[in-house]
Amino acid sequence: MLRDKIEQVVSDEPVALFMKGTPNQVMCGNSERALRALRDVGAPVTAVDVLPDPRIRQELSDLSGWPTIPQVFVHGELVGGADIVEELAGSGELEQKLEEALGPEYRNGREERVVDILAS
Amino acid sequence: MAVERLEPLLREAFPDATELEVVDRTGGGDHFQVVVASPRFAGLSLLEQHRLVYDALADPLTDGTIHELRISTKGT
Repeated sequence: MLRDKIEQVVSDEPVALFMKGTPNQVMCGNSERALRALRDVGAPVTAVDVLPDPRIRQELSDLSGWPTIPQVFVHGELVGGADIVEELAGSGELEQKLEEALGPEYRNGREERVVDILAS
Repeated sequence: MAVERLEPLLREAFPDATELEVVDRTGGGDHFQVVVASPRFAGLSLLEQHRLVYDALADPLTDGTIHELRISTKGT
């Protein structure tokens, strides 16, 4: 089920970014802003493109109660969209949150990656 | 104009707002910047503050009026 896969990414990935497009080909300004803010603090981003199927976005918003894309989760907890992530990055709170959730060595974690939510 | 539609919704949701602004960022009537300062935000996390704005704009968000929304909130 699509919903189960989304839930799995949200809960299993240290930092999940649901975005329009992929990190290599971002399709929306707000997704770009969220990605940039996460990269700036060295977050180990796992990106999910919501564009291939409108159901991804629908299921995600049902799950999170957040109506817009992008959406950023840290260890299953919704952090917010582009405005919030940018604001938290600017104030230093994003780094603090990542250190608390993932440990002080989080910057040495694995590389950025992309999950195809529709693949079985 | 969509700005004229959004502003009353926000005024209704935040009657005590000390600052309330809706800007059509591109002139196309679907990319908006919203600024709201209200004592209602005091003590709330950014996530909770933005949720209140989303709640106020639920209709234009779901009917496609808003393609992109930037939110800036301040507790006063």
